[in-house]
Amino acid sequence: MDRTQLMLALSVTLFALGFVGVMVRRNALVLLMCMELMLNGVILSLVTFAGRSATLDGAVLVFLVFVVAAAEIAIAIPIVLLLARQRGTLDVTAYSELKG
Amino acid sequence: MNLLTLIVLLPLAGFLLNGLLGPRLGKGFVSLVGCGLPILAFLATVRAFMQLHGAGEALVETSYTWAAVGDFKFDVAFYFDRLSALMTLIVTGVGSLIHVYSTGYMKDDASYARYFAYLNLFLFFMLLLVLGRSLLVCFVGWEGVGLASYLLIGFWFEDPEKAAAGKKAFITNRVGDAGFLLGMFLLYHALGTLDFDAVNAAFQGPVAPAVSASLVGVLLFIGATGKSAQIPLHVWLPDAMAGPTPVSALIHAATMVTAGVYLVARLNGLYLQAPGASQLIAVVGVATAFFAATIALVQTDIKKVLAYSTISQLGFMFLALGVGAYGVAVFHVYTHAFFKACLFLGAGSVIHSLGGEQDIRRMGGLARRIPVTFVTFAVATAAIAGLPPLAGFFSKDEILWFAFASERGGSPILWAVASLTALLTSFYMFRLLILTFLTPSRMDAHTEHHVHESPFSMTSVLIVLAVLSAIGGFFHVYLFLEPVMPLPETDHALEHLELPLVVFAVAIGLAGLAAAAYVYRGGLGRAGQLQRRFAGAHRLLSGKYYVDELYEAVLGRPLHWISERVFLRLGDRMLIDGSLHGLAALAQRSAGRLGRVETGSLQFYVWLAVLGVVASLAWMWRHG
Repeated sequence: MDRTQLMLALSVTLFALGFVGVMVRRNALVLLMCMELMLNGVILSLVTFAGRSATLDGAVLVFLVFVVAAAEIAIAIPIVLLLARQRGTLDVTAYSELKG
Repeated sequence: MNLLTLIVLLPLAGFLLNGLLGPRLGKGFVSLVGCGLPILAFLATVRAFMQLHGAGEALVETSYTWAAVGDFKFDVAFYFDRLSALMTLIVTGVGSLIHVYSTGYMKDDASYARYFAYLNLFLFFMLLLVLGRSLLVCFVGWEGVGLASYLLIGFWFEDPEKAAAGKKAFITNRVGDAGFLLGMFLLYHALGTLDFDAVNAAFQGPVAPAVSASLVGVLLFIGATGKSAQIPLHVWLPDAMAGPTPVSALIHAATMVTAGVYLVARLNGLYLQAPGASQLIAVVGVATAFFAATIALVQTDIKKVLAYSTISQLGFMFLALGVGAYGVAVFHVYTHAFFKACLFLGAGSVIHSLGGEQDIRRMGGLARRIPVTFVTFAVATAAIAGLPPLAGFFSKDEILWFAFASERGGSPILWAVASLTALLTSFYMFRLLILTFLTPSRMDAHTEHHVHESPFSMTSVLIVLAVLSAIGGFFHVYLFLEPVMPLPETDHALEHLELPLVVFAVAIGLAGLAAAAYVYRGGLGRAGQLQRRFAGAHRLLSGKYYVDELYEAVLGRPLHWISERVFLRLGDRMLIDGSLHGLAALAQRSAGRLGRVETGSLQFYVWLAVLGVVASLAWMWRHG
């Protein structure tokens, strides 16, 4: 296994860990963290391929994704805080007002 | 100066002024405008008549190009020859008189301004009808007078029965109008013009137009039966009596209902080439005259008697048209306008003086109480009964003569039926006169106490019309019209019979008078005996031959059924409402199903998202 394959395996592992976390955990903050984990897994694969193709496009894209992810978290955390303050819990199953 | 346009536009101005400003400016203003503008129109007509007399040929005036399509131009043009001159004089003259009369009759009505506005509107459309050069302009007027008639029949629309009478008139006329339209289309298709003079010339020309004159003639005659209340479309006219009495006099006796006669007379060039259609007209005319007269025998409403009498007299006119005596038909239009307007206005005066009573069984003895009305009514009655030397004698006698001897379809049978009808006419008219004015009073005390002669505005008009009914016959219209509408040849072998027939006609008129006097002199007693003896016939006649019931059963009810079952239940409720409701229900149901997906559980959403991603990846993998 060369370096690229290792990096990709790591990225898949990160993604899978995050995915399983999103699927099974109930805590909203943990869910957010797991989502970040998935995102980082994807970014790792992006960086890997960018390094392989020896162009700057991938690196630029990575910074873009970081900015977006930071912005997303900056909005998501306050929302979670407000929800938690209102309901007194971080369990996402408690938030089911939109149930059809 | 555009004299003809002016004649037409004056009443329209009256309509606009009265309709828009009348209610605000008060009755004085309304009367002034409502009567003044028709009188001005009459004066303008007299002036145009002088010009016509001087010029010797028809005045033509194009006032507006309505539409120009390619090479075809539709003009609003007016045509003033001897025929339309006479009709215009009748319309504006009698119309003005009736406007004046109305100021008295409608004095206390709340909708005074609306009444005069409608009346002026009617006059406008009627003038458009008689002055229009082309069938198209005539048709606009034709529809317009129908509208005005509808508005005025239903003038007191708070009463649902009166509103329904207006609707009946309008809808019945619509049937005739379909015939008129089809005839017009055919003519335009074949000739490329709708001008009356051009149509007549085309049919009289050396090359026959590529259309059957009889077919066009019959179609246009269907239009005429609607407007002029001939069988089978006569049913609206008796109900039209729901309108104010001056309206009945103007629209449903003197002018509008003669529009059909005018139309056929105007197109005499066409009808001369259509012996089949002419024969039909004669037969329908004489049948209408006879049946309407029999119904009039037993009517007890003073206006209904006059209504059936009008239908009957219109039948006489169509008989004359059918045997080719166009000028004579117009002569009868002219005399009829005077005596029938006088009779209707006299009836209005009676009703007015009795405070709304219309049943002749509850009248009687009015001769001394309202003498002016009585005398004028008596003169007009004698005129319609055909007693010499009053107007009706001359015109009816000419009709009978041509029905007998015309070489264009005259026959002794037509003459015999028409003579019998004349006898009936004389009988029922004198019955009306005797029961209303001469027999001992059958009024209740309250009504009797309030009997009063009508105001001068009404009686003066009655006097003018009575004088015209008396002397109008000496102006022989058919001779005046001879240049535009030549009289048919008569059978020379029969000419020696002309004088005996005149004597016979007079005898018939007197016989009717004698019979009516015999039956009704003592009141209703003898009539009651007759009624009991001929109970079946009486029921048939007072049921008006059950034509209304027949139409209801044959047309009304099936139409109702189709409307209810097919259009309402199947079409409207099932197809249209059903499909919309079905769509709504579908949306609701699918929303209910899809709504279950929204469980509110985040993890489930994620599963769905993953499922979607996997599915789209699989799809992309398979489809390269």
